[in-house]
Amino acid sequence: MTPDVKIGFIPLVDAASLLVAADKGFAADEGLAVELVRDVSWSNMRDRLAIGHYDAAHLLAPMAVASTLGLSHVRVKLVAALNLAANGNAITVSRALHAQMTQAADGALGNPAVSARALRSVIRDRERRGDDPLTFGMTFPFSTHNYQLRYWMAEGGIDPDHDLRLVVLPPPYMVDNLAKGQVDGFCVGAPWNAVAADAGLGVILHPGCAIFHPAPEKTLALRDDVAARDPQRAAALIRAVMRAADFVRDPENRAEVAALLARPDRVGVDAQTIRRTLDGRLDAQARTAQADYLLFGDARTGRPDPYQAAWLYAQMLRWRQAAFSPEHLRMARAVFDPRFFDAACATAAPPTPIRAFAGPAFDADDIRAYVAAFGRR
Amino acid sequence: MKIVIVDESPIRAAILEAGLREAGFDDVTRIAETQNLLRRIYAIDPDIILIGLDNASRDELEQMFQVSRAVRRPVAMFVDQSDTASIQASVDAGVSAYIVDGLKKERIRSILDLCVSRFNAFARLQTELERAKSDLEERKIIDRAKGILMKSKNLPEDEAYRLMRGVAMRESKKIVEIAQSIITASELLR
Repeated sequence: MTPDVKIGFIPLVDAASLLVAADKGFAADEGLAVELVRDVSWSNMRDRLAIGHYDAAHLLAPMAVASTLGLSHVRVKLVAALNLAANGNAITVSRALHAQMTQAADGALGNPAVSARALRSVIRDRERRGDDPLTFGMTFPFSTHNYQLRYWMAEGGIDPDHDLRLVVLPPPYMVDNLAKGQVDGFCVGAPWNAVAADAGLGVILHPGCAIFHPAPEKTLALRDDVAARDPQRAAALIRAVMRAADFVRDPENRAEVAALLARPDRVGVDAQTIRRTLDGRLDAQARTAQADYLLFGDARTGRPDPYQAAWLYAQMLRWRQAAFSPEHLRMARAVFDPRFFDAACATAAPPTPIRAFAGPAFDADDIRAYVAAFGRR
Repeated sequence: MKIVIVDESPIRAAILEAGLREAGFDDVTRIAETQNLLRRIYAIDPDIILIGLDNASRDELEQMFQVSRAVRRPVAMFVDQSDTASIQASVDAGVSAYIVDGLKKERIRSILDLCVSRFNAFARLQTELERAKSDLEERKIIDRAKGILMKSKNLPEDEAYRLMRGVAMRESKKIVEIAQSIITASELLR
């Protein structure tokens, strides 16, 4: 056995393949003794990766780019060794807001273009009455949750920086904040939307994949120099997680995976709720599965690609988290370096284009034109 | 200098606050609950924010520093990466600091060092407490097993204890493990 590999994770269903790799022996098969550490914040993940407390971490895909560019506080060069999961988030609103949006809707609320316009009209009504602005929760500034909310709202003519408040909340606190009326809605990963819906507190409006798809959601991040120093170990870890992902994707294994994730030292939510999110049924009423709701990376989608990094960097530019520089674009692209993945899995599948429900098509070769196109409409 | 301590553990926060006051920092505010955290911090407008790494509200704080135009923007201590040793020490101890730009480095260093030593002291205290607690638990288990033996084998107290100790030594196990199996067995046979 090689020395321990210490990996941090946040209690979310999209960490499933990582958790299964450690708990079902896939890592041991690769000669790795994995120690999983359940952590409480993304900031901790970044800092503990930076100083070597963790060898690898379950990380928000945009954070891997932001950390490498030094956009948050620490500049730490990371490698997104594999895409743990795509999609998996959903936008949930309080019952009260849902009722107001239903009244204001000019069509079916299931259509994000309609719901975004409905939200704008609710916001304008509140402004006229002099009410407090609405508050939406998300998980981190550099997260697909933030970009999903903003993308969706902006398509309805809402300025997410002025027309409402966006606040960061730890995923396990979202539901509680909705219950207390601290937030009117949120975008969060599984299983927290289902938890809110089951408790009768919120209505799930859209799965994240209805805003854009496939969104690079969580990555298995390694520090750049750590991966370079021991590429074999990185490859072994990637293989273990990919084999675990195959296990997680197999519908036959869902009950077992759900039971494993339900453990208090893992995700710590009841197995039935987790099972439903694995099935793609977002709430208890959903009879049919939502295709593409939460995708665990396979040989094709698990492969990190500079294209995905460019897309994430473009979202940061759009929301002024970063200013464009060719050097930053180059560095960002290098974060999603498929070198380690290819060494482990021997695939070189091209990335799936990321498409949104509206707006200009993404052009990885000219991200400035793509970003500018939003402003011109 | 205004210092805010965000900590859900009131004892640890109190230990830290006492240390800061001893070092001459009088303007220290403790925030224990995370409800309305940002609003409270805006109101205080601190120069330094100290928060435990076990606090899930760290991400919330970081957003405030990212988007806020309204208040002075504190940055993480990590931003000055020349001082890796003290960064390492503070992450090891489980505390992070956010600091408003323009403060003298030496002053920050002394506050950080203080945080680290107080957090470590608290962790030691907690370990000792845990140990005392588990010692007490063990003694309770041994006492119960002793009572069972005394009753079922009609032994005096010291004999019952010696019997358990003998078995423990023979099987190279802890006496509490033997005591636990006696309790389990007697529950099964009841």
